[in-house]
Amino acid sequence: MQDFTQEFIIALKLVGTGDPELWAIVLLSLKVSVLAVIISALIGMPLGAGLAVGRFPGRRVLIVLINALMGLPPVVVGLLVYLMLSRSGPLGVLQLLYTPTAMIIAQVVLVTPIIAALTRQVVEMLATEYDEQLRSLGVSRLSSVPVLLWDGRLALMTALLAGFGRAIAEVGAVIIVGGNINHVTRVMTTTIALETSKGNLALALALGAILISLAVSVTGAVSVLSLRGERQGVGHA
Amino acid sequence: MRDYQAPSDHPIISVRGLCIARDGRAILDVDHLDLDGPGPTIILGPNGAGKSLLLRCLHGLITPDGGAVSQNGQALTDQVRAGQAMVFQRPVLLRRSVAGNLDFVLRRRGLSRVARKAEREALLAQGRLADKARQSARSLSGGEAQRLAILRALACKPAVLFLDEPTSALDPEATQEVEQMVLRASGQGLRVVMVTHDIGQARRLAREVVMMHGGRVIEKGLAAQLFSGPQNDLTRRFLSGGLMV
Repeated sequence: MQDFTQEFIIALKLVGTGDPELWAIVLLSLKVSVLAVIISALIGMPLGAGLAVGRFPGRRVLIVLINALMGLPPVVVGLLVYLMLSRSGPLGVLQLLYTPTAMIIAQVVLVTPIIAALTRQVVEMLATEYDEQLRSLGVSRLSSVPVLLWDGRLALMTALLAGFGRAIAEVGAVIIVGGNINHVTRVMTTTIALETSKGNLALALALGAILISLAVSVTGAVSVLSLRGERQGVGHA
Repeated sequence: MRDYQAPSDHPIISVRGLCIARDGRAILDVDHLDLDGPGPTIILGPNGAGKSLLLRCLHGLITPDGGAVSQNGQALTDQVRAGQAMVFQRPVLLRRSVAGNLDFVLRRRGLSRVARKAEREALLAQGRLADKARQSARSLSGGEAQRLAILRALACKPAVLFLDEPTSALDPEATQEVEQMVLRASGQGLRVVMVTHDIGQARRLAREVVMMHGGRVIEKGLAAQLFSGPQNDLTRRFLSGGLMV
């Protein structure tokens, strides 16, 4: 117990004194996950909206597939991205393995289905409600997409949050494709795993505390925004 | 209609051989109908008469199994439909402010910022919603929401305004306000076609009445004549408050 208390005090000092190594890890984690979420949103939102308003053969199958991909095992995604990026893989020539870019790619694969599936649900619900009104106003199916995305913006923020939560907390895929290289690809989750196994609980605890604070503040911010929107009746599906 | 001469620019909506069937049964069967009388035109009838279905066909929201609708002899192309607007029984307001709902339409018309502001303010004043411009449209009362839906339809600058039982969920005061807006719109030269099953409302608003039952038009005429001397037994029964089964 004495040891844990000491480790915890050291952890607090690490956070409080702004330990450069610790903050470099935090910043890299944020950079990788935020970029992954932005790229996933750019792919997932139009894809989800297209599935919601589009009518084409195979749409149902695609919806089931995307929903199923929400539960992709991160380790398997890591392995597949590793195989694609490894020297002998189809994208080996790009030499991306063990770089932050490889980690972003792995997180994009994990997060895109989440954002696409949640976007589809939000947009489809709104599209059903708005259908006759938008057609009456002469808005075509295609041009209704930005309207629906805008009007569902607060619900879609929750989708982005879910994606960010998945990305920032992910360890299996990024450790495989990133290699957990110090000062290069070491992020919060991989560091926590490594330092715990080495018995360096102080750094692991400090990072754990930051990770939890991040998750809680992002969730809190979105909840406040969401509640405000609910009260004002804007942007909710 | 012999005693009425429609203005030359007054849109005439014609229906020929319109038919919609579900499970082998015709739920709408209107062989010949010309809305060529003075407005407002009220489509009257009991629930399930096919009134709302006919209205949606007139506005091109539903493609019938057979037949066609035309306006001034022209098919319902996107261009023709752009001159129509519709208000639904339950107002579907965008998840934006009151002003934002009007801006959505005004922006689609390609108006400049200045012109948009002027028109938006005029519309809000007309619907007595100026003090709620920045408020979320979703927080309006039922009557206010329906007034905003009408204003948004008017913002389209339509030649024809369809209304599908716009007051069915409103209290008498809110109903009166909506009716006044409808009469004002009609007085300004819009062809107003409104669905209701409320006989009192039909008497207050209609100058032309289309009576429907079982998916068919059973009688049509000038309101004054139809209400004082209905020719059809079912119309007579409906107007006298009898059950139409």
